[in-house]
Amino acid sequence: MTLPDPEFDAECIRRILAGEKHLFHDLIRPCEHSIYFLLLSLLKNETDAEDAAQETVIKVYQNLDKFRGDSQFRTWVLSIARNEGLGRLRKIASRREDSFDADEQSGDYTPAILTSWREIPTEALEQKELGVILRRAIEGLPEIYRNIVLLRDIEEMDIRQTAAALGISEAAVKVRLHRARALLQRTLAPQLKGFAPRRKSWFGERA
Amino acid sequence: MRIDCKHVWEHISAYIDGEVDAQLRADIDRHLETCEICSAVLDSTRNVVILIADDRVFELPAGFSERLHAHIDKELEESSG
Repeated sequence: MTLPDPEFDAECIRRILAGEKHLFHDLIRPCEHSIYFLLLSLLKNETDAEDAAQETVIKVYQNLDKFRGDSQFRTWVLSIARNEGLGRLRKIASRREDSFDADEQSGDYTPAILTSWREIPTEALEQKELGVILRRAIEGLPEIYRNIVLLRDIEEMDIRQTAAALGISEAAVKVRLHRARALLQRTLAPQLKGFAPRRKSWFGERA
Repeated sequence: MRIDCKHVWEHISAYIDGEVDAQLRADIDRHLETCEICSAVLDSTRNVVILIADDRVFELPAGFSERLHAHIDKELEESSG
C-alpha cells in the first residue's frame, strides 16, 4: 500500500492549480486502490464501482481548489468517493440498501474458539483460493462493518482518518472495527483450517 | 486485576492496535499467559488482520488504472479547451 505523503500532495495541488494539470495523474494514483474498493464495497458490482471511480476522480479534479488541507488528501478523496457511491445507491431504487441501518446493538460478536490453527503464513496467499475466501468473508459483512475493515485494515488508514472519511465518530470506528474483526475471525476460523502448516509428528509427516 | 475470557475478547481489537492502557494491557497479558483459548483467539484474529491487508487479496481489475487515467486525460483536455 502506498503511504500518504502530505507534502507531496500539497506541492502537487499547488502546481496543478497553477496550470500543470498533468500532475493530477501522480496526485491521484496512490488513492486509486482505496477509491475503487470503497466503491465496490458500497455498490457490490465491479462495473458500477469502476464507473463511479471514474466519476469520483473527475469530481476531485474539478473541486481541487476546495481542498483545504485540514484533513489528508486521501481522506478528502474518499469522502467524495463515498458520497458518489451513496448517491448512486439512492438512485438505484430497485437495489436494496443492504444493511445500511443495521442495528449496531444486535448480533453475536463472540469469537470462535479454535484449536486447529492459530496462524496461517502469508505465503499461503499464493493459493488463489485463500484470497477468494478472505474477500468473500469481507463482502459478507454488513455494510457498516465492511467499510471500516476496508479503510482501517486494508487501506491501513488510522482511526481518525477512517472516522473523517466515513463521517462518523472515532468511538464508532473502534466499536465497529472490533465487531467486524470478531465477525471475520468467527467466519474464517473453520475455513482457514486447511491452510495451516502441517505439524510434524514424532513419526514424520503422515501419509 | 484478574480478568475473565469475555473481558479479554471485548478488548482484542484495541489490544491488537495498541490502543489499551498500560494497566489493561498488563491484565490481558497475565490472562494470556495461562489461557490457551484466549491466546488462540488473539493469534487468529491478528492473523486475519495481517492476511486481509496483503496486497494479493485485493487486486485492482486488469486495466483499471489505464482506463481511469485515460478518463482523466479526456477531462484534462476538455477543461483546457
